[in-house]
Amino acid sequence: MKKVENMTVLSNELIARKIYKCVLSGQLVNEITEPGQFVHVKVSGGTEPTLRRPISICEIDRAQESLTMIYRVEGKGTKLLSEKRDGETVDVLGPLGNGFPIEGLKPNAHCLLVGGGIGVPPLYELAKQLVSKGHNVTTVIGFRSTDDVFLEKEFAILGDTYVVTEDGTSGEQGFVTDIIKKYQLSCDRYYACGPRMMLRALETMMPENGYLSLEERMGCGIGACLACVCDTQDKVSYRKVCTDGPVFPVGEVVV
Amino acid sequence: MTKCHVSLPGLDMKNPIMPASGCFGFGKEYSEFYDLSTLGAICVKAVTPSVRKGNPTPRVAETDGGMLNAIGLQNPGLDRVMEHELRWLESFDVPVIVNIAGNTVEEYMHVAKTVSKAKSVNAVELNISCPNVKEGGITFGTDPHVAKELTSRVKDVCEVPVYVKLSPNVTDIVSIAKAVEKGGADGLSMINTLLGMRLDLKTGKPIIANETGGLSGAAIKPVAVRMIHGVSQEVSIPIIGMGGVTSADDALELILAGASAVAVGTQNFVDPYACPTIINDLEKKLEEYDVEHITELVGRSWKPSLHLTNR
Repeated sequence: MKKVENMTVLSNELIARKIYKCVLSGQLVNEITEPGQFVHVKVSGGTEPTLRRPISICEIDRAQESLTMIYRVEGKGTKLLSEKRDGETVDVLGPLGNGFPIEGLKPNAHCLLVGGGIGVPPLYELAKQLVSKGHNVTTVIGFRSTDDVFLEKEFAILGDTYVVTEDGTSGEQGFVTDIIKKYQLSCDRYYACGPRMMLRALETMMPENGYLSLEERMGCGIGACLACVCDTQDKVSYRKVCTDGPVFPVGEVVV
Repeated sequence: MTKCHVSLPGLDMKNPIMPASGCFGFGKEYSEFYDLSTLGAICVKAVTPSVRKGNPTPRVAETDGGMLNAIGLQNPGLDRVMEHELRWLESFDVPVIVNIAGNTVEEYMHVAKTVSKAKSVNAVELNISCPNVKEGGITFGTDPHVAKELTSRVKDVCEVPVYVKLSPNVTDIVSIAKAVEKGGADGLSMINTLLGMRLDLKTGKPIIANETGGLSGAAIKPVAVRMIHGVSQEVSIPIIGMGGVTSADDALELILAGASAVAVGTQNFVDPYACPTIINDLEKKLEEYDVEHITELVGRSWKPSLHLTNR
């Protein structure tokens, strides 16, 4: 069930260029049902900034009732969030949206996880859950440059992990799709989250058996304001990214 | 009857607080958070004769103290709303206002006539002020004669009271208000959003795909207060005030300006519990200010009387 809760900041630290990792504790964690769901965070008590910030859930720890968000400081909202210190509280609405489905896979299935930039975090909880169910995970994560890379070691513990940077300063040079082609990475199902360009390229290369997580400017996060809609591929109707998504089967919506 | 009970044409309200049209869908999303029957009323999203897809994305952009939106009246169309949304709302003990829009006078009349027959509907709100659609909407709300004519034609066929939602994007809102009153409006809703624009510094282009959008949120409250204050002195029909209400104090300010009830818009997006929180706080404020009944405060800003705390 969705709820609004003042969650307590356990830690909030810089882990890469403009990238922060924030661990929050609260009962809201018990409501999370799928990896890939997100929270909508009110970063200040007043009207500035007005709207909440949608942030993906990177990791959950039910025993400790904590969740980890990894976010990039882009504007004044995320800047304010980055200034929250241990022990302070943050107003969180969540969990929101439908995440990555992990059911219906054959035993010991091979899953390919593809992330770009700030789209990488929600794949981490997914990877953990897939591995705990006995599946095999290969991860390809792409960044602009070496200063932007994060979660590389964490993914490497869970399975084969490829890092790719646009300037070649970490891992291999190029885009995530170059790695998939080069190593002919095949899978029973793939999951992806990242920039639209990346998702489009992936969809063209692998039009089946995939799930894509989208991002869109959002108002309410709960399906009422209709700000974050996207076209279906038949162009007849819309889907709401916040409540129908953010994860959609490949081929359902226009990315 | 409590301190907060208010009675407006067609609307017997437990309290003066309702969600504003377009900021609450048809109530389903918010019913996951609280019992909709606690609201004074519900004003649902604009209904048009057939399905409307709305505008391309991006549809929202944040601004200092507010947001711009250009949703473009996306809705499932009259038939679907009648069969599903309005029927679903019957299970709640709360008056329902349906915001209606169309491209022509006939379309407005058709929607008004049809929805006014629904069991759950207590009033309609004529949307003649949506700034985000090319046809209909604001084109009906900027000329007093056109606004009056539309109001009158809708009144002829509508079986429930008609509130007309006014646009702030006009030079003289009082003349429009007076015109729709003459056209037979039972009440006014004001204000709709203010037309605005934001540019992306990286691209130099408008952030919203529609280029312009309607500004809402805390930033527009002074405009709402000014316009309600001006109009309420010139008309004798009640006003549902809206524009930048985030708290019980904001609601009281609009009531002091001349509103008989208050709608909450953007704040619902920020806090899904915005309406019930304001309702609770309002009761407390009236106790605090030693006000016997909320109607005492309506228009007090221009009526000769004492300050709140000096009673």
